[in-house]
Amino acid sequence: MTTRPMATPGADGRFGEFGGRFVPEALMPACLELEAAFTAAWADPGFRSEYEGLLRTYANRPSPLMEAKNLSERLGVRVLLKREEMNHTGSHKINNVLGQALLTRHMGKKRFIAETGAGQHGVASATAAAFFGLDCVVFMGEVDTKRQELNVFRMELLGAEVIPVTSGSRTLKDAVNEALRDWVATVETTHYCIGSVMGPHPYPWMVREFQRVIGDEARAQCQELIGGVPDYVVACVGGGSNAAGIFAGFDDTDAKLVGVQPEGGAAIGRGTPGVVHGHRSMLLQDEHGQVLEAESISAGLDYPGVGPEHSHLHAIGRATYPWVNDAEVLEAFKLLSRTEGIIPALESAHAIAWVAKEAGREIPEGSTVLLNLSGRGDKDVAQVREILAR
Amino acid sequence: MTGYLESTLRKNREGGRKLLVPYITGGLSADWCEVLRAMADAGADAIEVGIPFSDPVMDGPTIQAASARALARGTTPVSLFEDLTGIDAGVPLVAMTYDNIVHKAGDARFAGELAAAGICGAIIPDLPLEESASWEAASAAAGVEAVLLVAPVTPDERLARICERSRGFVYAVSRMGITGERVDVAASAGVIAKRTKAVTDKPVLVGFGISTPEQAVEAAADADGVVVASALMRILLDGGGPEEAAAFVSSFRSALDA
Repeated sequence: MTTRPMATPGADGRFGEFGGRFVPEALMPACLELEAAFTAAWADPGFRSEYEGLLRTYANRPSPLMEAKNLSERLGVRVLLKREEMNHTGSHKINNVLGQALLTRHMGKKRFIAETGAGQHGVASATAAAFFGLDCVVFMGEVDTKRQELNVFRMELLGAEVIPVTSGSRTLKDAVNEALRDWVATVETTHYCIGSVMGPHPYPWMVREFQRVIGDEARAQCQELIGGVPDYVVACVGGGSNAAGIFAGFDDTDAKLVGVQPEGGAAIGRGTPGVVHGHRSMLLQDEHGQVLEAESISAGLDYPGVGPEHSHLHAIGRATYPWVNDAEVLEAFKLLSRTEGIIPALESAHAIAWVAKEAGREIPEGSTVLLNLSGRGDKDVAQVREILAR
Repeated sequence: MTGYLESTLRKNREGGRKLLVPYITGGLSADWCEVLRAMADAGADAIEVGIPFSDPVMDGPTIQAASARALARGTTPVSLFEDLTGIDAGVPLVAMTYDNIVHKAGDARFAGELAAAGICGAIIPDLPLEESASWEAASAAAGVEAVLLVAPVTPDERLARICERSRGFVYAVSRMGITGERVDVAASAGVIAKRTKAVTDKPVLVGFGISTPEQAVEAAADADGVVVASALMRILLDGGGPEEAAAFVSSFRSALDA
């Protein structure tokens, strides 16, 4: 049996030299409990069918695969869009959150906490908590609560408490710190619903498995639409959950896997190996190990680290992780809006920006590109309007 | 082989007293080494020196603020080690920092730097048993005692393994939560102290949330002593210096000796 590049990690939670479980002793029993609970649930047909039922009837899956004809004509490459932005709550985040909320119920916990950057994971968490009757608290950097005011209101409307985080850079990294601080004190009754493929084992693996529905669906849809696999599979990467999800459906094919990072948060390429938020992965840090602040137009990608499995896929050469700048992202935001009538999330616009930039260059003309449209841009409209008016 | 930290703590314990380990964030102020020496003279059995990290997830607002202030002053592990050169506090110094600081330098190099700076022990709270083997080996090779932590939720079997592997002392986290001042000592403090004492002869120190001399006495009852951090750091953050720190440590010393 050959091992797939995106295999199940062993008990040490490693993806090659990355991953692991770098948490205080107070959290170790909870990490071990979660690992056991997820392992059992994922192997249990009853859990799987309950989860799949929710994805179908609550989250609106399967999400369509769409041939982006206008954009393809413009770029000279054939672009297929995986329409994750059509999910309930407007992004791929709901896939993971429904899985973790179900698991929370199985573990008998009543409180559900989450960190959020752009607010997409926070909104998805608040949504699932409302649906399952869980108490929900969302930690959000103060800077982001201002960038994404509407999402704060959305979460509150759904019954969640949003706590603005005022420590450090007041963005996603600090929201994770604050959620971890809460969790250390409440772990016996609380599940921490991490929103990306990061954190201590089993999170990076578990979140990837909850997101692999994107890749599994897309693989079958590509087979039907183009009779095979695309030449490229492209997704944006902050922590990297939508990328991990779609890559998981193609890791054993010849498709080139491309994770597009923001220039100001390109942990892979501009970072070095580090340990933060429970895992070992590439990290933007100074020579002494102080974590640097990322800088991105998109709150969801404004993160100095990256999920450990991405560092591994990069190390073994299975995936590449280029970056694009904020100006290119804004252009891509407008490009998709005008060519296809779809306003993408600023996060997803990173993937579009890379394809637009490299079509006919690194991506040979006539190639087929599967692009994960991970979220919709309604949440970003006010911010973009303000930037364009400057 | 028992190192300087453990042998000092054992000797002081055998002398019949409860152990007192105050904390200071290294590089907090220009005179931080004088504060350190004043704390030693005021009756500390060892001193915990925080090496500031940008993302201290086990720390509450006070130590977060102290870390941020030290970093804003330009403190690095290297500058902190330089500050300690030639300082003989007369008591063992124990570093406390997060794994990324160790990881960035490399286990062996970091352990060597600690030893060269006269620091004989280290507490790395985000390095649980599953991840600490290479650090334990590197620190042992450099003569640095790797202190491990137990928490109220640590199961018995795991507690015994942690105590077996810990060097210097065993750090018993008094409560589920982060560092910071509290109005009372958690009931969990006595429970974890007793459970830990039951499986090890190594010194057991209770820390997290011990803010007053009375709380120190209460927390030390079932343990060998206490670690005091946030309450002391608040005094320094509010402008206190060596004298105020000495008075603070002295009040804890008197209460514990009474």
